[in-house]
Amino acid sequence: MTDAALLDRKNPAILPARGGMLGALSDTFWRRPKLLLFLMLTPPVLWLGIIYLGSLFALLLQSFFSIDEFSGLINREFTLKTYGELLRPANLDIIMRTVTMAALVTLASAIVAFPIAYFAARYARGRWKALFYLGIMLPLWSSYLVKVYAWKLILAKEGILSWLFAKLHMLWLVEAWLAVPIVGGNSLSVSATGTFIVFVYVWLPFMILPIQAALERVPGNLVEASSDLGASPGQTFRNVLFPLALPGIVAGSIFTFSLTLGDYIIPQIIGTSRLFIGQAVYAHQGTAGNIPLAAAFTVVPIVIMGLYLWAAKRMGAFDAL
Amino acid sequence: MRSDRSASAPLGLKIAAAAGLLFLHVPLLLIFVYAFTTEEKSYQWPPPGLTVKWLAVTWARPDVWQALTLSVQVAAISTAIALLLGTLCAAAISGTRFFGREVISLLVILPIALPGIITGIALRSAFSLAEIPFSFWTIVLGHATFCVVVVYNNAVARFRRTSGSLVEASMDLGANGFQTFRYVILPNIGTALLAGGMLAFALSFDEVIVTTFTAGQQQTLPIWMLEELVRPRQRPVTNVVAMVVVLVTLLPILAAYYLTRDGDQVAGAGK
Repeated sequence: MTDAALLDRKNPAILPARGGMLGALSDTFWRRPKLLLFLMLTPPVLWLGIIYLGSLFALLLQSFFSIDEFSGLINREFTLKTYGELLRPANLDIIMRTVTMAALVTLASAIVAFPIAYFAARYARGRWKALFYLGIMLPLWSSYLVKVYAWKLILAKEGILSWLFAKLHMLWLVEAWLAVPIVGGNSLSVSATGTFIVFVYVWLPFMILPIQAALERVPGNLVEASSDLGASPGQTFRNVLFPLALPGIVAGSIFTFSLTLGDYIIPQIIGTSRLFIGQAVYAHQGTAGNIPLAAAFTVVPIVIMGLYLWAAKRMGAFDAL
Repeated sequence: MRSDRSASAPLGLKIAAAAGLLFLHVPLLLIFVYAFTTEEKSYQWPPPGLTVKWLAVTWARPDVWQALTLSVQVAAISTAIALLLGTLCAAAISGTRFFGREVISLLVILPIALPGIITGIALRSAFSLAEIPFSFWTIVLGHATFCVVVVYNNAVARFRRTSGSLVEASMDLGANGFQTFRYVILPNIGTALLAGGMLAFALSFDEVIVTTFTAGQQQTLPIWMLEELVRPRQRPVTNVVAMVVVLVTLLPILAAYYLTRDGDQVAGAGK
């Protein structure tokens, strides 16, 4: 449009309508951004709302049904009986075992993850930084089943770990550990210790990343100031580094805790015959056909995670994600 | 954390960090050794001998090929759906402020924040309530739902860095909305979408927990592996498949890293 043409118009600030259907459509969107927003949001919201929230809602609804113990049919009347069944000793046992495991796994992951995250945040530079980043990312994204499978190879009676201990003449140590009730078993691959190690391994990257993100934000001279003022490395860690890294640790623990609560494959493949919540859910919905109890079981991790997230939010953990 | 002095790390920290990284990587490396072992019946270490014959044996297995094909098809379609939905959602969330914005971003993240078993059993019971038979499409339905978040995370990060004035400039210069999308927005978010798409593909390709609930008779590759893990029948073939899966998932991760490394938020950080 030339200047003259512009001047001709009564209101040069308004351009003429664009030609064609696409142009008209485009103009409509420009004039009514809300319409565009609505059209953009409709597909994802419909998909997630109907498929995902709908299913979740249906599941929650079924946890208020009950199963008729004689006919095995599902009685579609509102009742809290199924939730009452969760309180049976056998089921409480499963819940306690899973929560204890999740807590221990979280603690161990934090301890193993901290040095890696600290080194990556404070000392790694340039190429090393990239190497550390990929070194954490590759195991995170490698196939979950392959990771579990690798540990089946390692923990097997004839596997590399036994071989290593035998070479070091320390096989007696493994045997003594396996003889301990609860944590022990026939071999490492069918013991609670094995389950624990694999959980820590599989979720470790989820702990490293948020801790590293939190530590990246701590200025290095804060640590130097602390030692200038006479603090020992231990005191600096306790009073300066740890409190500043805590939101990151809490953020990481959300992952490790939640993932352990819901997992049913690791304890099934590497572990004892004692059930975890995930396995109980799987067993109840599968062969037993007791969907209401399975649904009630899934509410347990949801409630625990809800409380956990609420507490984490209060500690400011979400800023470290 | 930045320090002006380039201090060297204490020895204890170096050892702990190196040990941690070894702990993360040695198990994966072992897979590569086991793929070439001559031992068939057990997980014996050290391997009694090395051979490449299992590669040929695995290559000739129709069930492995079927599982692989199904996995690739499911991952491709789920990724396509996730790309569409994730980009739309990211564009809407980052461009504007509106009532319920937080709720929608929470809704996108929820499928991956809740344990997979909950998503799985919820979908399964919904399918049985609605009397939908299990099929290829029920698997895709589940996968696409949790893949949206990966694309969304990458796209939102990129939209945040892309200045809104670019779009305004394009419109001022006479481009219509579609031209602006094609010539201004798309080139800007292209690599982020590619990275998000690859991560979504990797996520879907590897998914097992939700899939056990939404698949009927079909076997995706992870389901095939799970069967072998629970009831080992073909240990050497499983070893080779495990090695191939590691290699196949590494490539998209490396590519996604190089595509987004100069960004403020790097792909994959939000798995």
